[in-house]
Amino acid sequence: MKGVLPIVTIVAAILALWYAAAVGMNAAWTRDQAVRAGVELSLAEVVADTLHQERPKLPAPHQVAAELWDTTVAKKITSKRSLVYHAGITLSATLLGFAIGTAAGIALAIGIVHNRAMDMSVMPWAIASQTIPILAIAPMIIVVLNSVGVQGLLPKAFISAYLSFFPVVVGMVKGLRSPDAMQLDLLKTYNASSVQTLWKLRWPSSMPYLFASLKVGMAASLVGAIVGELPTGAVRGLGARLLAGSYYGQTVQIWSALIGAAVLAAALVGLIGLAQRITLRRMGMAR
Amino acid sequence: MKQEKILCSDGAADAPAPVIAARGLDLTFQTGDGPVQALKDVNLEIEKGDFVSFIGPSGCGKTTFLRVIAGLEHPTGGAVSVNGMTSDEARRSRAYGYVFQAAGLYPWRSIAGNVRLPLEIMGFSRAEQQERVEKVLQLVDLAGFGKKFPWQLSGGMQQRASIARALAFDADILLMDEPFGALDEIVRDHLNEQLLALWARTGKTIGFVTHSIPEAVYLSTKIVVMSPRPGRITDVIESPLPRERPLDIRDTPEFLEVAHRVRQGLRAGHAYDD
Repeated sequence: MKGVLPIVTIVAAILALWYAAAVGMNAAWTRDQAVRAGVELSLAEVVADTLHQERPKLPAPHQVAAELWDTTVAKKITSKRSLVYHAGITLSATLLGFAIGTAAGIALAIGIVHNRAMDMSVMPWAIASQTIPILAIAPMIIVVLNSVGVQGLLPKAFISAYLSFFPVVVGMVKGLRSPDAMQLDLLKTYNASSVQTLWKLRWPSSMPYLFASLKVGMAASLVGAIVGELPTGAVRGLGARLLAGSYYGQTVQIWSALIGAAVLAAALVGLIGLAQRITLRRMGMAR
Repeated sequence: MKQEKILCSDGAADAPAPVIAARGLDLTFQTGDGPVQALKDVNLEIEKGDFVSFIGPSGCGKTTFLRVIAGLEHPTGGAVSVNGMTSDEARRSRAYGYVFQAAGLYPWRSIAGNVRLPLEIMGFSRAEQQERVEKVLQLVDLAGFGKKFPWQLSGGMQQRASIARALAFDADILLMDEPFGALDEIVRDHLNEQLLALWARTGKTIGFVTHSIPEAVYLSTKIVVMSPRPGRITDVIESPLPRERPLDIRDTPEFLEVAHRVRQGLRAGHAYDD
């Protein structure tokens, strides 16, 4: 297990830095309180207090860990205070949005590769769509969809899709165009139709590009879903936890939701990586 | 263009219509540096069952000519007919199999799967696909390798599989663009021998691009010598060698004489200094 030592070292360094930052950032409050109460605190007392405040500027790692434990393992999944429950809400929007975004991205890429007019026109729009801050457009999407009677999962999924289709389009256009001239000529000598060329050559050739795009798209989907939860009144989901936490100064809750989101993203991207390894190995394209 | 037939074999009297005929073929590519004349006034007839090699230095248009025959490139002047059709009609009627310099097998398909590719595209039935794949794999000595994947095979075997793929749908014409160019000499000798045997068994008409004089002389019934700038035919040599050719025919005086004439033709074409 040679790989373990470097990882442990990095994690330890991050934790040390985190604790140091927590002490530094929370100390002002501790001293302030001490002055008001008229007590003199020793350095050890100050440090001890900075790591156990209820609403610290920066919660210490063990506080976040305790909160995570409390809201995942100790609570029932159906509880509104369970992080697993909220992550599940976000996950369902993420996955639905990811599916819509991926399908739309692949469809657009196929259109771009096969149709000259689309080739010239779609990409600038796709790029323009990504330059609009999602935080600005997300409430519009929610409001517009709500006014036509679409509520709940779908508006959030739509924002997810809005973010995740882009990397798929870019990657798949490149992937579908990756077969070289010789490969395309070969199919021309068979008088293959463009549909046959797509299925037998372009699609399989694009797999490495697809998986790379999916990883980026998945992370973007999760961000989209969380952002989509903010303007809905922050009722449910990781985004709601973040927003509620910031309303009430619950920094520990914010940090645990952030870490929950990060773990979720890592798990999802890891799953895609696994699918990628299996698929490409089966296709003889593993590198 | 001189087209003397001093080494003519037993003279094809009342010859049937040629399988491939090019008349006054011109092809000019428009490039960023201005027009490049790839082919100029190319005339050639290929009879059924011929093994025709195109030889010349790079830039002489031999590959371009083969691509024109295949309908992958379109002449700017003159005409080419394949099986009595235009090259595009011939391509659409799948009149020829084409072998490229690289085997170009799909890594995600087994050898049998790769050979099956044209059959799937052309809509052969499952049973017939199976049957044909087995037959052509046997023809190129790859019987039993159908379940292997390309990366499990040597370069020579991969190229044989690509030949099997070109043979699978049983077109009368086989066009080969430097198919053994990337292989070492020992493998190349072996494949040349196998190709001749395959040609004898199937009676196909073969167009073969190469830049190796021994390969051209050893394989061909007709050698087309080409030269560059502009790409044109400088000599067409009918080989006096018998169709049955063991490898050691390459040490006979007849063989050396043909090779000598090819070399002369190539030298004559080099009007520029290099």
